Amino acid sequence: MGKQRINNIFKSGDNDILSIYVTTGYPELESMPVLVEELAELGVGFIEVGMPYSDPLADGQTIQYSSSIALKNGIDLDKYFAQVHQVRSKVDIPLIFMGYFNQVLRLGVENFLQKCLNSGIDGLILPDLPPEIYKENYKAIFDKYDLSLSFLITPTTSDKRIKLFDELSSGFIYVISGSATTGKTNNFTNSQLEYFKRINRLKLNNPKVIGFGVSNREKYLIANKYSDGAIIGSAYIKALKNSKDYIKTTRQFVDKILKS
Amino acid sequence: MKYEVNRLGFYGKYGGAFIPELLHFNIEELEEKYKEIIAEKSFQKEFQALLKDYVGRPSPLYYAKRLSEKYNTKIYLKREDLNHTGAHKVNNTIGQILLAKRLGKTRIIAETGAGQHGVATATVCALMNLKCIVYMGEIDIKRQAPNVARMKMLGAEVRPAKSGSKTLKDATNEAIRDWINNPEDTYYLIGSVVGPHPYPDMVALFQSVISKEIMDQMMDKEGRTYPDRIIACIGGGSNAAGAYYHYLDDNRVELVSVEAAGLGLKSGESAATSVLGSDGVIHGSMTLLMQDKDGQIIEPYSISAGLDYPGIGPLHAHLIETGRSIVLSATDKEALSAGLLLTRLEGIIPALESAHALAALDKIDFKPNEITVVNLSGRGDKDLETYIRELKITE
Ligand SMILES: Cc1ncc(COP(=O)(O)O)c(C=O)c1O
Repeated sequence: MGKQRINNIFKSGDNDILSIYVTTGYPELESMPVLVEELAELGVGFIEVGMPYSDPLADGQTIQYSSSIALKNGIDLDKYFAQVHQVRSKVDIPLIFMGYFNQVLRLGVENFLQKCLNSGIDGLILPDLPPEIYKENYKAIFDKYDLSLSFLITPTTSDKRIKLFDELSSGFIYVISGSATTGKTNNFTNSQLEYFKRINRLKLNNPKVIGFGVSNREKYLIANKYSDGAIIGSAYIKALKNSKDYIKTTRQFVDKILKS
Repeated sequence: MKYEVNRLGFYGKYGGAFIPELLHFNIEELEEKYKEIIAEKSFQKEFQALLKDYVGRPSPLYYAKRLSEKYNTKIYLKREDLNHTGAHKVNNTIGQILLAKRLGKTRIIAETGAGQHGVATATVCALMNLKCIVYMGEIDIKRQAPNVARMKMLGAEVRPAKSGSKTLKDATNEAIRDWINNPEDTYYLIGSVVGPHPYPDMVALFQSVISKEIMDQMMDKEGRTYPDRIIACIGGGSNAAGAYYHYLDDNRVELVSVEAAGLGLKSGESAATSVLGSDGVIHGSMTLLMQDKDGQIIEPYSISAGLDYPGIGPLHAHLIETGRSIVLSATDKEALSAGLLLTRLEGIIPALESAHALAALDKIDFKPNEITVVNLSGRGDKDLETYIRELKITE
């Protein structure tokens, strides 16, 4: 279904969307499909299906840690796509590949995107693919595939650049909440709220989803007030890390975010 | 020049700035200003004065008579080992610290493997009274205790990189993450011609003093400005880039880069990136790198911690691809014996990195009148323990 599956969730009028980041291969090699099924059942809007990378530059300690465990558990791209394929037959929730550009390059961009489509991935987030290089070297290839590509913007991204990201993005645009790697958990500051407002004034074409540092219900609600959805990653991974029963932990975690 | 970076920071298909948007602001600031600042008269004046009086430049171009006799040719050594702090690294840290000051930065971060770049950074931070934080892999901290102590004595904080394989590439990741989290007051002082544009170009520019001097010194000693061949080791490739720089467009000069083969090219324990690597992105740059079928970066191995890097600078990937440079490799063993040979013939103990360049002398067919310059990138003090252990010197 690709892009359409993502567009549908933003069209449905439901504007408090929760997205969860899952590290494939963590806590166990085969846990991702089980977690995704559970998350879909619990009312999560879409899922970032993380493919662990050896050198995840944009990630803080929590996601780095889960990635290194997952790699030790034996996750690789073949298993990743096989697991996505397996869970796709059970859920209709949008699944977004999240990884690093070298993983795409290594397989060959066309080959990689074809594998995404075949397995049931609907879109991609590649935090280290910059817009200028994308536009010049890769856009023509991506355009051939029915997959969304969400660029990330930060508080230091100029309005002009945000417009460029909006023009190049599809599915949604990823609003990084602060100037930091993933996993920082302080409350939103006034300058962050001002930044969210500034982005709203720009009236972008793409829906906006706020991520990085969204860690609890309060921040989830604030993020949704200023955007079309919120992504939680590190806080969820941290909960899994301290858990013996990851299904139960997942249920409790999502309930705490979604239910007052 | 044929080998300059283009608008997006590419040398041919290599280079660029594959960075998270979180770093765009920092990189853009640097990209917009570095050329202008470096070209300023006051910058050049201060840079040249420090190179002369603080580093001790120009470094001599020494005719190695006994080494030349052994190979029946003419061999000169470019003595970067005589620089303050013992290697070429300081040329770059002096340049970048002056840039950081002009950008108004107050906090300097750096990555280091063997500790040479960390020491060179801690040194210029002491000189300029700037806060210095050096990221170093937890494993390297244990392997390189004397350099850790030197950095601390110079007032730097050494932070262990505990992620991934806990070595140089992870220290670099940690430094980049630190920069993401501290975009305003912090300057990232990178140690080789690697990383996102504009670093490879900038570091090569600061190191280009090496080839500039070789031109003058060749004129002095041989009545012509160029040698027939330059040999340099490559980890990231900064000493090689500096030694090649003014000769890149001069095809009379053969450029020979020497990689670390570790226990052997096929042993699985090697750092010979150009042979074992393929196109990919590491630390923000498209280049040749050692990776598995999924693009996961493979940890290299070399006895020399300064050559133990899974990538090479994008300029070198481009020079190799276009055939402008040729690549040879040297194993741990070959480097150790070349180091001992230079010690016994010339009374110079080379850094293990530089010993790799010297090991290549065995692999070249020299003509008697040919002139070869070997870039002696550093001195061997830091490697004494390894030499003694591996060559069983005290037995
Ligand atoms: C003496 C010496 N030579 C060479 C290198 C390798 O670096 P590069 O390839 O950037 O010159 C190092 C790095 O630590 C070094 O200390």
